[in-house]
Amino acid sequence: MNDMTKAEKLPSAEQILEPSPTSLLLKRAFGHAGMTIGGGVLLVILVMALFSPWLAPHDPYAFDLAKKYIDPIWHANGTWEHILGTDGQGRDYLSRIIYGARVSLLIGFAAMLISGILGTALGVAAGYFGGRVDMVITFIITTRLAMPAILVALAVVALVGSSMWIVIWVLGLLIWDRFAVVMRSATQQVRNMDYVAAARALGCSTARIVLTEIMPNIVNSLIVVATLEVAHAVLLEAALSFLGLGVQPPTPSWGLMISEGKGMMFFKAWVIGIPGAALFAMVLCINLLGDGIRDVTAPENRN
Amino acid sequence: MLRYTLKRFGVALLVALTVSVVAFTLLRLSGDPAAALAGEGATEEDIEYVRKHYGFDQPLLTQYSAWLVKALKGDFGVSVYLKTPVSEIIFERAPTTLILGLCALSFALILSIPLGVLAAMYPNTIIDRTALTIAVVGQALPSFFFALVLIIVFGVWLRMLPISGSGSWLNFIMPSVALGYYATPAIMRLTRAGMMDVLSSDYIRTARAKGLRPRVVLFKHALRNAIIPVVSLSAVQLGFMLGGSIVIETIFSLNGLGNLAWQSIQRSDFEVMQAIVLTVASFYIVLTFLADMLNAFLDPRIRVH
Amino acid sequence: MSERILEVENLTVDIPVPGGILHAVQGTSFHVNRGESLCIVGESGCGKSLTSLALMDLLPKKATRKAAKMELDGANILDIGERRMSDIRGDRMGMIFQEPMTSLNPAYTIGNQMEEAMLRHRKVSREEARDRAVYLLEKVGITAARSRLRQYPHQLSGGLRQRVMIAMTLMCGPDLIIADEPTTALDVTIQAQILLLLAELQKEFEMGLILITHDLGVVARVADRVAVMYAGQIVEQGTAKAVFENPSHPYTQGLLECIPIPGKTRRGQHLGSIPGIVPSLVGDLRGCRFAERCVHAQPGCSASDVALGRRGEEDHLYRCVLTPEQCAANLNAMVPA
Repeated sequence: MNDMTKAEKLPSAEQILEPSPTSLLLKRAFGHAGMTIGGGVLLVILVMALFSPWLAPHDPYAFDLAKKYIDPIWHANGTWEHILGTDGQGRDYLSRIIYGARVSLLIGFAAMLISGILGTALGVAAGYFGGRVDMVITFIITTRLAMPAILVALAVVALVGSSMWIVIWVLGLLIWDRFAVVMRSATQQVRNMDYVAAARALGCSTARIVLTEIMPNIVNSLIVVATLEVAHAVLLEAALSFLGLGVQPPTPSWGLMISEGKGMMFFKAWVIGIPGAALFAMVLCINLLGDGIRDVTAPENRN
Repeated sequence: MLRYTLKRFGVALLVALTVSVVAFTLLRLSGDPAAALAGEGATEEDIEYVRKHYGFDQPLLTQYSAWLVKALKGDFGVSVYLKTPVSEIIFERAPTTLILGLCALSFALILSIPLGVLAAMYPNTIIDRTALTIAVVGQALPSFFFALVLIIVFGVWLRMLPISGSGSWLNFIMPSVALGYYATPAIMRLTRAGMMDVLSSDYIRTARAKGLRPRVVLFKHALRNAIIPVVSLSAVQLGFMLGGSIVIETIFSLNGLGNLAWQSIQRSDFEVMQAIVLTVASFYIVLTFLADMLNAFLDPRIRVH
Repeated sequence: MSERILEVENLTVDIPVPGGILHAVQGTSFHVNRGESLCIVGESGCGKSLTSLALMDLLPKKATRKAAKMELDGANILDIGERRMSDIRGDRMGMIFQEPMTSLNPAYTIGNQMEEAMLRHRKVSREEARDRAVYLLEKVGITAARSRLRQYPHQLSGGLRQRVMIAMTLMCGPDLIIADEPTTALDVTIQAQILLLLAELQKEFEMGLILITHDLGVVARVADRVAVMYAGQIVEQGTAKAVFENPSHPYTQGLLECIPIPGKTRRGQHLGSIPGIVPSLVGDLRGCRFAERCVHAQPGCSASDVALGRRGEEDHLYRCVLTPEQCAANLNAMVPA
């Protein structure tokens, strides 16, 4: 019989100590182009929003009808005093863009939080309990999906009145469906795992199982959806404001600025181009960040 | 199969009913409908009169039942503003929105499916990255902004397309693009993912081992299977487009349901609003129902024997 | 018509991997005679599946294949272009895969998939193709063949699907069939049936058969000739009788010790095992690939490549510097007196 097992060398200490999961994650994150670019620009926008009073060269509400529609710096008659020009009321565009970031981010995050809590609660409940609970919640989700969000939002805001907080609540109570759908399927996948069965066998209470076994494993999907829903809320608010039923003037909202500039767009395209580009940039970066988080935390899901 | 269909139909009806209840409640409770109808500058007596006249003082349930009974007979009330039956108005405006939706979806499909297939066939090449870039950009572009840009470029600078009204088919080009592009990223990604999955599957290998020509392998065998989830998604996206057409219709002055909804909101025309929400919801429900049926038709494994 | 239906000389398959080039198949040469079955045996990762894919030119995109000679019925099938190769696939050469559950397209009926195999290569009507499909389904032992044609793959069991696969491969009457572990995914009870079926069909239609497997029991049952593969190379090759009775390569000897052989293995006898793992095939390779795990390894073994040498009958080749007699003597010397 063969008994010539060759003696094997013991692995060295360096070979045993692999890099920790956290550092691996960070390494992947910084190596991911979309994530670094998106995250980076988003950080800039965040800073812009947080420090608007200090960054904006002028008061975004200060109007001067003598200085209407001054062109931005890249036109022949632009001035350094108003780098991005002025709007129809003589207000500095750059300052309004900077303050507009605040509005968008605030509404985006707040709506995301509301819809996130509501949608996650429903989705996890449906996914975990299954059966009748799932049937009812799925029915609720289907009903919500059948109703066109923007129509309902417009109708409600038109009747209740439009202010920033009303917009936040209306959006929050409308866009929870994606959370519910994703969290439901994520919970269903995790629920069938052996470690959940083990926890049940140990007699853990439902609340404890959900919090300690299920949530940590679906948190990745949650973060990805949350990021994408911020973008969704930002776009919805912009559309509402564009139609005049979102944030009200004189508050600087990028959607509102586009609406206000519509009349001039044939002559001075930048009036809608600048806020449009700002919206595009913000939503793009949020999406890149969301995709990046998904790729980095679960690369096996990427195609 | 029949039982399954009936069950789905029943659920669909229930959803439609629930939507009507929710819409009704929201509209009635969001403010004082009587005050809204009476308009600004109305006196207390005027508002009271309006309230009694339209029955807003009745309990909500009574109001809703009254509405439901009439609705089941096809009577959706009369538009406060236009003084014509709501069902007539809806019938008149619906085709425009439907045409817009279908054109928008067609545009999205014509753009996304070939892109998705190409991206799957040549992964991680310039083709793939271009497709993904288009997807990422498409998702970030606000539709109303894109619509305005299209108007400036094609309507004013290039003078190629009309920018408002619904006279000829040319009028529908820009609105369709502006409405449809938003569905492109999702459809393209799904097509790409599905094709990549399918192309690496065993039955494709079998097909090639039989000596079948590449085109046959791609279309008859691969795409046939990869397209199944895309059909469902397309139906759902069409539903969203029909509901979300309000912005596009307003910008391009198209006389569809979206535009009507916008006008009705501004005029506090509740009957019309209620009917529009229900109509759009019905479209969505019918579309998802159709998608289910198509799914079963396309994938023999789903059919219940 | 030549005696040899397939002739392969010096086939190599390389795959670029992050660490370098993976030499999955290194310079293998073999042939299949008309009406004869060749079994390629080896453990997972030895390159046997890739060899079969290389024959059909169905390798993954990244892989590169080279050979000095590859002839089907005397005609060259190397570098003839995809168009001509696709004409040959399914017509002169057919392949049966391991996973019957996923090898058929779920969206089309059995009939559709079988008929298209014939319609692609022959100018016949749909009716004629259908008749041929019925004929072959009955040949593989499927009853109610005509109504089966209208069924979908998911309505059949694994064993039935594999029979369908076999029938489908025979639609154009190929000269050579390659079966890549056709029974591995099936129940043990069905395995024997399918193998027997393959052997019968092969004899009846006078085809060449290459059967790829890791199961020596299968080899014993079906093979006329055997090629044992290890780490990308053929280490022993010859008639089944010769290889089983006189295993000449230490790996083959080790393999045979691992399985109970009726008549030879005594009750209570320990079955063997081969310690160690398959070596990495990435980068520059030199020397005998089996040396690390070989009981008889000598200093010279790892230094330089070993060629296939002859033994006994002219067709029995093996890749070792020692002769079987020397190996046997070695083993006796190891047993304590």
